[in-house]
Amino acid sequence: MTTVADRPATPAPEAPRTRPNPVLALLRNSWRQLTSMRTALILLFLLAVAAIPGSVLPQRGVNPEKVNEYFVDHPDLAPRLDRIGAFEVFGSVWFSAIYLLLFTSLIGCIVPRLRDHVRALRAKPPAAPKRLDRLPQHATLTAATDAAAIAAELRRRRWRVVVRGAEVSAEKGYLKETGNLLFHVSLVAVLLGVALGSWYGWHGNRLLVAGEENAFCNTRQQYAEAKLGPRVDSADLPPFCLTLNHFDARFLESGQADYYRATVDVKDESGDVIRGAASFSVNDPLRLGDANVYLLGHGYAPILRYTDRFGRSQTSTVPFLTTGDAALTSEGVAAFPDANVDPRTGQRDANLQVAFEGLYLPTAPQEGPFNRSEFPTERNPAVVLVAYRGNLGMDAGIPGSVYQLDQRQVTSGKLKQVGNKKLAVGEKWTLDDGSVLEFLGTKPYITLSVRYDPGTTLLLGSSAALLIGLMGALFGRRRRVWFRVTPAPAGAADDPAGGSPTGGSSLVEAGGLPRTDYPGFADEFAQLVAAVRGDGEPAGRPDAGRPAGTREGAE
Amino acid sequence: MSALSDHLVTFATLAYLVAMICHAVEYALGDARARFAAPAAAPARELVGAGVGGAGGVAKAPAEPVAPVSPAVDRPARRARLAGRLGVWVTALAAALHLAATATRGIAADRMPWGNMYEYVLTASFIGTAAWLVVLWKRPSLRRLGLFLTLVMVLLLAFAELKLYVEVVPLMPALQSWWFIIHVSTIIFASGVFLLGVVPAAAFLMRNGYEQGRRSFPYTLARRLPAAAGLERLTFALHAFSFPLFTFAVIAGAIWAEAAWGRPWGWDPKETWAFISWVVYAGYLHARATPSVRRNVATWIAVLGFLTMLMNLFGVNFFFTGLHSYAGVN
Repeated sequence: MTTVADRPATPAPEAPRTRPNPVLALLRNSWRQLTSMRTALILLFLLAVAAIPGSVLPQRGVNPEKVNEYFVDHPDLAPRLDRIGAFEVFGSVWFSAIYLLLFTSLIGCIVPRLRDHVRALRAKPPAAPKRLDRLPQHATLTAATDAAAIAAELRRRRWRVVVRGAEVSAEKGYLKETGNLLFHVSLVAVLLGVALGSWYGWHGNRLLVAGEENAFCNTRQQYAEAKLGPRVDSADLPPFCLTLNHFDARFLESGQADYYRATVDVKDESGDVIRGAASFSVNDPLRLGDANVYLLGHGYAPILRYTDRFGRSQTSTVPFLTTGDAALTSEGVAAFPDANVDPRTGQRDANLQVAFEGLYLPTAPQEGPFNRSEFPTERNPAVVLVAYRGNLGMDAGIPGSVYQLDQRQVTSGKLKQVGNKKLAVGEKWTLDDGSVLEFLGTKPYITLSVRYDPGTTLLLGSSAALLIGLMGALFGRRRRVWFRVTPAPAGAADDPAGGSPTGGSSLVEAGGLPRTDYPGFADEFAQLVAAVRGDGEPAGRPDAGRPAGTREGAE
Repeated sequence: MSALSDHLVTFATLAYLVAMICHAVEYALGDARARFAAPAAAPARELVGAGVGGAGGVAKAPAEPVAPVSPAVDRPARRARLAGRLGVWVTALAAALHLAATATRGIAADRMPWGNMYEYVLTASFIGTAAWLVVLWKRPSLRRLGLFLTLVMVLLLAFAELKLYVEVVPLMPALQSWWFIIHVSTIIFASGVFLLGVVPAAAFLMRNGYEQGRRSFPYTLARRLPAAAGLERLTFALHAFSFPLFTFAVIAGAIWAEAAWGRPWGWDPKETWAFISWVVYAGYLHARATPSVRRNVATWIAVLGFLTMLMNLFGVNFFFTGLHSYAGVN
């Protein structure tokens, strides 16, 4: 997409005698417009502008909760924004349109250039122009040399050289265009890598409580939230199960996290351990080959034992979700829908269900109010719970959150508060009906993201190629030089500048053409001319002589 | 060590301020062209006064050129030159203090001093100054641009010290990775050079207008700036140098994000703005390589790119929350 077109002067196609088909003409003109630099620049600019709302407005792919909040805060504006895809900017029609047009423009630009460059790589440097003195760099010198010697010197300096009689044409810096094309081709490969990842990749998030009984297996149903690429079926998920054995977190006295590490057993479907005690952490995911497991967060699941009025005990180990503060104040609900089953009838009374909602504080303050934890590790763990009895509303078949009580049941009076209490580990709470709640302790849980993205290898490779290409494109410099050697007539053999060469000196005319912006070309040209002259002095600048290292002939 | 670092930042800020005043003095006095070759010794005492006193020197300056014609007419010019040189030396001193402040901060924290926005600004602005001194070493004729650079430095450091300052703390687990050093150092380096690149870009835009005969306010500032073509080439050189570096830094960030967050690219606000900056700078390089696009249009794109970098540093840290929220400003 730069303009340094290097097309050999191909003869213009025969001018059509008849007026071209207007549709074809329109298509051709549109294509030319699309692949022009101007359009590419405008598309680039549009791409940048179109990305801005993606950072200003909350995005579903980044933070769906924020999007819901936005809907609550701006009930009028949000649906309208949603209709134009403002909450999924990077998947929206208009954003895709811009980058697809840009990439079409790019491909339309690089394909002809690729063809031309291959042609240029195989072609010989062009013949010298008639008037070398018209070129940006020009020098005449007399030296005891001939075209073959000049060509050898240029080849030593890694120029591509062709000798045509007494003329030497040389060109260098093909790397610039090679790099340029590599860069742009790599961009297409990056896009393909992203596409591959979104078609064939999948990911799911869930929470995993420590312990064998809480193990999870990699199926779609086991994820709280999962997204499978359009080409992935639930059956394609690799079968493995994870059991959290141990979670280790360390914090600074200020409460800032210092270290996390989770240790899991990885088992296959039949329960055989594939990898035992595999540990992973932030920045160090568990790589299983066909899936990677990332540690996102952690928290505590209080173990609560409820003994109902008939003396039957049930234990709940439900994770309490962290509320966002650094000291891991968590909230949740332990529900016992099957409590108070009359042992004589075996009938469950739907209005005698029990639930406890409240906070878990890893380090409760020494005295109230008990509403905030003071430190993220368990220095003084306590639960602060409100007891509810009545109908939990779970039998209606309406899906609800396991982390919250159904508030409709509370407001309708079907679920009533029957007291509240703070419990330290081991403490018991006897409710008004004689049932007992006991806080036994906690288990750690971690939040996980399990991901598979087949595009990453391609992304990595193409990014590396992109970078290499970019360096070539930016720092490569295409330039041409020509030398025309005119053997001096025999009488002029004792030219003073040439010393007393054996074969007599020749008149050499040199010209140089930088094909890209290259401020240092004059110096390079002067050095070249000096080397050709053989006395190490740059032509035209006798003062700025280099050490005569390449002197030849005179002695 | 942490307190020492804080003091050094203050001293560096003051030194930049002094350097800025020196450059301002040079700027103001430089009006009087040395039309007479007769050298007249400018007392060193007055020079120091002009350098440290600052405001007085600047205020006095316009009066001097209209002084009655005398053999001493070239004195302001000599003083201007000396003030400019003094400005460069004070900038170098400020850079040394700045480096010491950054290093002691790192020693105090026992890690690379790039853990929050305060440290980030401290390091990126140091890179800018260091790169400026390198440029000045190669092209001494650009000295007058020092006024703009020191102005930017004073603003950045004062802002960092007053608004961004946080106590030294260790890195959070999310930042404990080798990629932290690779990604953040290259981002800082590239940002520093982009930051420097906007100085010749802005100077070019003013000087170009001046050379085209504009004499309204911003262009008149450019009267004593180096020729536009040279400024433009420097702008390109700095951007061409830092663009691949920035690209590498973004790629390193993507590799790190894959390990830390499970995806190489997730349109986090910081990533989105890095993408925007990258696209804008790519647009600049393309526009620069296209002869049909005028050079001042291309340079405006570079300035726009710089604004997106600023947006990424300040706007994203202050207004948006995302995975990159390490700034310590919320």
